[in-house]
Amino acid sequence: MHSSSQTLNGSEIFFECLRRENVEYIFGYPGGSLLKVYETLYDVKDIKHILVRHEQGATHMAEGYARATGKPGVVLVTSGPGATNTVTGIANAYMDSSPMVVFTGQVPSSLIGNDAFQEADIVGITRSITKHNFLVKDVKELAITIRKAFFLATNGRPGPVLIDMPKDILNASGAFHWPETVEIRGFKPTITCHINQVEKAAHKIAKAKRPLLYVGGGVISAEASEELRAFAIQQNIPVTMTLQGLGAFPGNHPLSMGMLGMHGTYWSNQAVNACDVLIAVGARFDDRVTGKIETFAPDAYIIHNDIDPTNVDKNIMVDLPIVGDAKDFLATLLKETPKMVENRDSWLADIQSWREQCPLTYNKEDGALRTEFVIDEVSRQTEGNAVVVTDVGQHQMWTSQYYTFRNPRSIITSGGLGTMGFGLPAAIGAAFGISDRPVVLFCGDGGIMMNIQELVTAVHYKTPIKIFLINNSFLGMVRQWQELFHKEKYSFTDLAESNPDFVKVAEAFNCKALLAETPESAKAAIKEALAYNEGPVLVDFRVMKKDMVFPMVPAGGSITEMLLARLNPKTMV
Amino acid sequence: MKHIISVLVENKFGTLNRVATMFSARGFNLASISIGETEDPEISRMTIVTFADDQIINQVIKQLNRLVDTIKVTDLTKQPHVERELLLMTLKLSKTQQHEIFELINVFKGKVVDIKQKSITIEVIGSPDKINTTIDIFKPYGIKELARSGAVAIHRGE
Repeated sequence: MHSSSQTLNGSEIFFECLRRENVEYIFGYPGGSLLKVYETLYDVKDIKHILVRHEQGATHMAEGYARATGKPGVVLVTSGPGATNTVTGIANAYMDSSPMVVFTGQVPSSLIGNDAFQEADIVGITRSITKHNFLVKDVKELAITIRKAFFLATNGRPGPVLIDMPKDILNASGAFHWPETVEIRGFKPTITCHINQVEKAAHKIAKAKRPLLYVGGGVISAEASEELRAFAIQQNIPVTMTLQGLGAFPGNHPLSMGMLGMHGTYWSNQAVNACDVLIAVGARFDDRVTGKIETFAPDAYIIHNDIDPTNVDKNIMVDLPIVGDAKDFLATLLKETPKMVENRDSWLADIQSWREQCPLTYNKEDGALRTEFVIDEVSRQTEGNAVVVTDVGQHQMWTSQYYTFRNPRSIITSGGLGTMGFGLPAAIGAAFGISDRPVVLFCGDGGIMMNIQELVTAVHYKTPIKIFLINNSFLGMVRQWQELFHKEKYSFTDLAESNPDFVKVAEAFNCKALLAETPESAKAAIKEALAYNEGPVLVDFRVMKKDMVFPMVPAGGSITEMLLARLNPKTMV
Repeated sequence: MKHIISVLVENKFGTLNRVATMFSARGFNLASISIGETEDPEISRMTIVTFADDQIINQVIKQLNRLVDTIKVTDLTKQPHVERELLLMTLKLSKTQQHEIFELINVFKGKVVDIKQKSITIEVIGSPDKINTTIDIFKPYGIKELARSGAVAIHRGE
């Protein structure tokens, strides 16, 4: 490590700063404006650079790493196309509040604005999808800018921050000075919740007959799962989770209700409808959760804790807003709420009866291989302890239903943006951060093609991810909507004719590959894949082509009006 | 309802763009926006005029606060404040209407800033309401061009 106040060039300052931010991995791809950085990198041994095959892959890897570890993911790409290729990944991290710092090379300062070779106004382009972004105009500003970027990415509501570094800045010499503290006058997130508000919440909860906890990804990023568990158990309050919140509360605990919303469990949605106090923690009342706003939690006094004040009263007007960190909120609530004033047995019995009325179920009789079976089996074989990464679509919703998440930081999925192609690179990134649990990817045959090039990255670094390819030869979720709402016009969703042989594709990438076409062979393939740790392994599960995800709330409908099965799609409950 | 929001921001390149981008990305109305340096050269004051109901205006203020370059946001609407706008307007000048035009300039406490054979340019300062009225009244005389600064506003002193 270089000492402070030494004269270094911009590239050396860059690595010096990353060292001080304890960066382990950079996900990157070299290019013209970054030549100096890669020259310096050649001799850097303590920070590992992972060479991706497309810059979008780098961003999703960084996010996978960030979500698995809680540490910010770092991306390094060149100017122009390198930078614009990161846009989807940055937008994804922004929507799902993942800490990430993206470094882009830029053309020399003197050429900015001249339509120079490989120039793009990436600061302008990413303004609305970053928490903040910077263009470094002087090598003297580089260290403080990097310090601020990491600070912004990881404090308050986490999110992506971008730093654009012109080529001349990376070549220029300057005195290296590492600021020990950082002060940004426009950025002062509220961490500690207002005690009077929390007391008010405690008072309401203590008297509630039918309370319900609705928790989101904020509980996971705040590392507040312990507090959540203690509070829910002490108060005997059932817990329903958003897609990003899964794992915040152990899925195998009797108080866990699984996910709510569009493809949530029937009993979760009924409970939202019937509860008298709804305690939302680190969740943002997304439209996939609420369905029709007017009929969401109609009888509930709504308490909403979130670290981002803009999430409060945005989609749903709440009765008691509490801005602050979820960990602080739940810890204080645990202290302030009197123990078990109300008996909640009849409330829990109601929930149990809804559970029995419409359990999650699928056809196990006809011997066909189904996604639900695959996920169920992976959940069983990994005992709910894997880090599960998904892509976007039907398999993602089935994962939420059939994988029993026991720990926080166990589901890594593109929730807000719904980015197909997220899964494979995100799984690779997660595997760099996690070594004591298996990293499992569920991905569709549509989504895997959107970033298939990253299979090279996984093979090259011997990343032991389990790629469970849910291959139904369809863009299944779109197909499902076409069947239900678009006159069965399967417009451009049938991939059967055009899909490659994925086993051969994997083998061409030097990746171990297996094929499973029956429940028995699937079981065996999962076992074999989980036992293989020499590198990535892909299992091509040929599942039923036309299965649909149920239950389902049609878009814009009330969350209690769920389609429960295909046989009679008009069945409203 | 109309709201006048005063925002102190870092005086850096791109700040105006960040605010404008946020308004368009979130679908908020933006009637006018004006910006200038304050007594501290590191800080600029932005005056934003927007039309929104109570729920939306709360979101507008929170979203403004969320921007890292924002230092302070104040909704001046319900507080004692002074609001002014500058109008520059070039009118056709004809011999027959010359007299009337000069009288009206006096009525609106305007100033003549340029005069030519066939045109006259005036400045008028006042509340946006007054500026609207000024434009309406002068319209029949033939407005060749006009420019409005957008409102600037500040708290009334104690």
